[in-house]
Amino acid sequence: MSRKLLFEHINKPGIRGLEGYRANGGYRSVEKALKTMSPEAVLEEVKKSGLRGRGGAGFPTGLKWSFLAKPEGVPRYLVVNADESEPGTFKDRYLMERIPHMLIEGMITSSFAMGAHTSYIYIRGEYFYVARIIEQAIAEARAAGWLGKNILGSGFDHEIHVQVGAGAYICGEETALLESLEGKRGNPRIKPPFPAVMGLYNCPTVVNNVETIAAVVPIVNDGGEEYAKIGVGKSTGTKLISSGGNIKRPGVYEIDLGITCDEFINSDEYCGGVEGRAFKAVVPGGSSVPIIPYELFLKTTAGESRLMTYESLADGGFATGTMMGSGGFYAYNDAQCIVRSTWNHARFYCHESCGQCSPCREGTGWMERVLHRLEHGEGRSEDIDLLWDVQRKIEGNTICPLGDAAAWPVASAIRHFRDEFEYHVHHRQKVKDPKHFEKEPFALARKFESA
Amino acid sequence: MSARTRPITTTAGTRPFAFSEAALAECKALMARYPEGRSKSALIPILHIAQSGNDGWLSVNAMDAVAHVMGLAHIEVYEVASFYSMFNLHPVGTYVLDVCRTTPCMLRGSDDLISHLEKKLGIHCGETTKDGMFTLKGVECLGSCGTAPMLQCGAGYHEKLTIESADALIDELRARNQRTNYTDQ
Repeated sequence: MSRKLLFEHINKPGIRGLEGYRANGGYRSVEKALKTMSPEAVLEEVKKSGLRGRGGAGFPTGLKWSFLAKPEGVPRYLVVNADESEPGTFKDRYLMERIPHMLIEGMITSSFAMGAHTSYIYIRGEYFYVARIIEQAIAEARAAGWLGKNILGSGFDHEIHVQVGAGAYICGEETALLESLEGKRGNPRIKPPFPAVMGLYNCPTVVNNVETIAAVVPIVNDGGEEYAKIGVGKSTGTKLISSGGNIKRPGVYEIDLGITCDEFINSDEYCGGVEGRAFKAVVPGGSSVPIIPYELFLKTTAGESRLMTYESLADGGFATGTMMGSGGFYAYNDAQCIVRSTWNHARFYCHESCGQCSPCREGTGWMERVLHRLEHGEGRSEDIDLLWDVQRKIEGNTICPLGDAAAWPVASAIRHFRDEFEYHVHHRQKVKDPKHFEKEPFALARKFESA
Repeated sequence: MSARTRPITTTAGTRPFAFSEAALAECKALMARYPEGRSKSALIPILHIAQSGNDGWLSVNAMDAVAHVMGLAHIEVYEVASFYSMFNLHPVGTYVLDVCRTTPCMLRGSDDLISHLEKKLGIHCGETTKDGMFTLKGVECLGSCGTAPMLQCGAGYHEKLTIESADALIDELRARNQRTNYTDQ
């Protein structure tokens, strides 16, 4: 049974409101930080906790905060990335919808550590109704004196604004998010300069994911060392995993980092195993991370149980491993077609490419068209090598990581499921039925063919 | 051409547009909440307001009104409106049905849901029914993967859809016949 740091009180009555949140110990971290700690001491606890960015990159949060430039007379900003758009990810929505004050509390405490007097929550436009919930919570917090001037008589002032987006995956990339927040197209900026030096309005800025900022609350309450006791190695604390696909129990789970992948996918406490058929493949961290066969998800090539940690999921590199990513987990049963899924992924990245860098703008469209014809029974034998070539030319050649994110799902699908791509080239009639593997899973189809 | 640069509609934009007094006050309040000289930050929120006040889409007149209120060049508004997929650049139906089609939804049956809706409404994704009631859009991940398949209509998420519950939703919306917007409370 994993400990609950973020979700401990999530099912308590009235937890969405200030009163219910306070009754369950809410805003203690603000009291503790503002009344008894220095900003440096808060930063120190976050460093000790080993907390890593929960949006996908996994960069150490304390280190990111320590890069924040502090020139005299220049405002600093905290911007919370609530643009949750990575396919498979819905944990931040769940948290904001059910326990909005936890995000606000984390923002006040974190802003105190940074010396930021204004912070923004950039929330994806589709979550308009969630933005209303957050706005309501901010109004309650302001009325109760948790926001505004001289909070708790500490001399610390803070205001939070909610900013809605309007539908663009790329705005989850931190510099694109800042551009969008400034009222522009979401084209990522060239780094350096990093936001810590030149971010929102050219001022020093920290951009953190919703879950990261919420995790600051238990870290300040109980101390960084206590938080770091959970987990394995450099994967400390708990992580929210949003699970979907062909599992029995889709939902958002808070896990101790370090539980086995087998426990996560098969135990009734979490995903509850496969719905109906057999598992085929897993995408453990959002659509951008490599897809891997179910067997490789359970065990590394060394035969060790794979763990739900940043390191263990990546064990084996891209050859046999994958990534923790955002924690957007989805699993495939054996009725699913990997080529169809890869085409779906490619369509997504083609739709979402901002168009700034040619390898991504042209390459994502090219991959989408090739995958479309493969899946629809028009594939050619050279298409698989062509796809491999195109994705190689995107990876590493773009301003932001969207290019890599578009390349990896294609590369990993070909790496692990090449025979399924070949099957599509050689069975064009059969694959024209969109549910070609539903009656006859791919492995079975191959077996009959060779018999 | 990137999907992120879509053509705006110039032909259907002759209908006049003006912000209501309440909407104008909301725009001014939004512009005032950013640091001095940074009111352009309010552009996306204000485009949402304009779209809601213009039958769910942004005509050239609506975008020009935004530029006027904010003191921006017209192109600054067009280039932003054409980047974000929630801004409709063509007239839409009373209800816009944004059906999620991305992989996690696909694994749970969104292809079947979309085919069913296309058949039921007699249109393809991207089209509007002849009676002007429904626009069907296939959209990318809406962050509802655990409750897939799903669609968004206005501010509301309709989740764990089946063919039956989707039919019931369509019937209910048709009977209500009242425009929904993303900005609805």
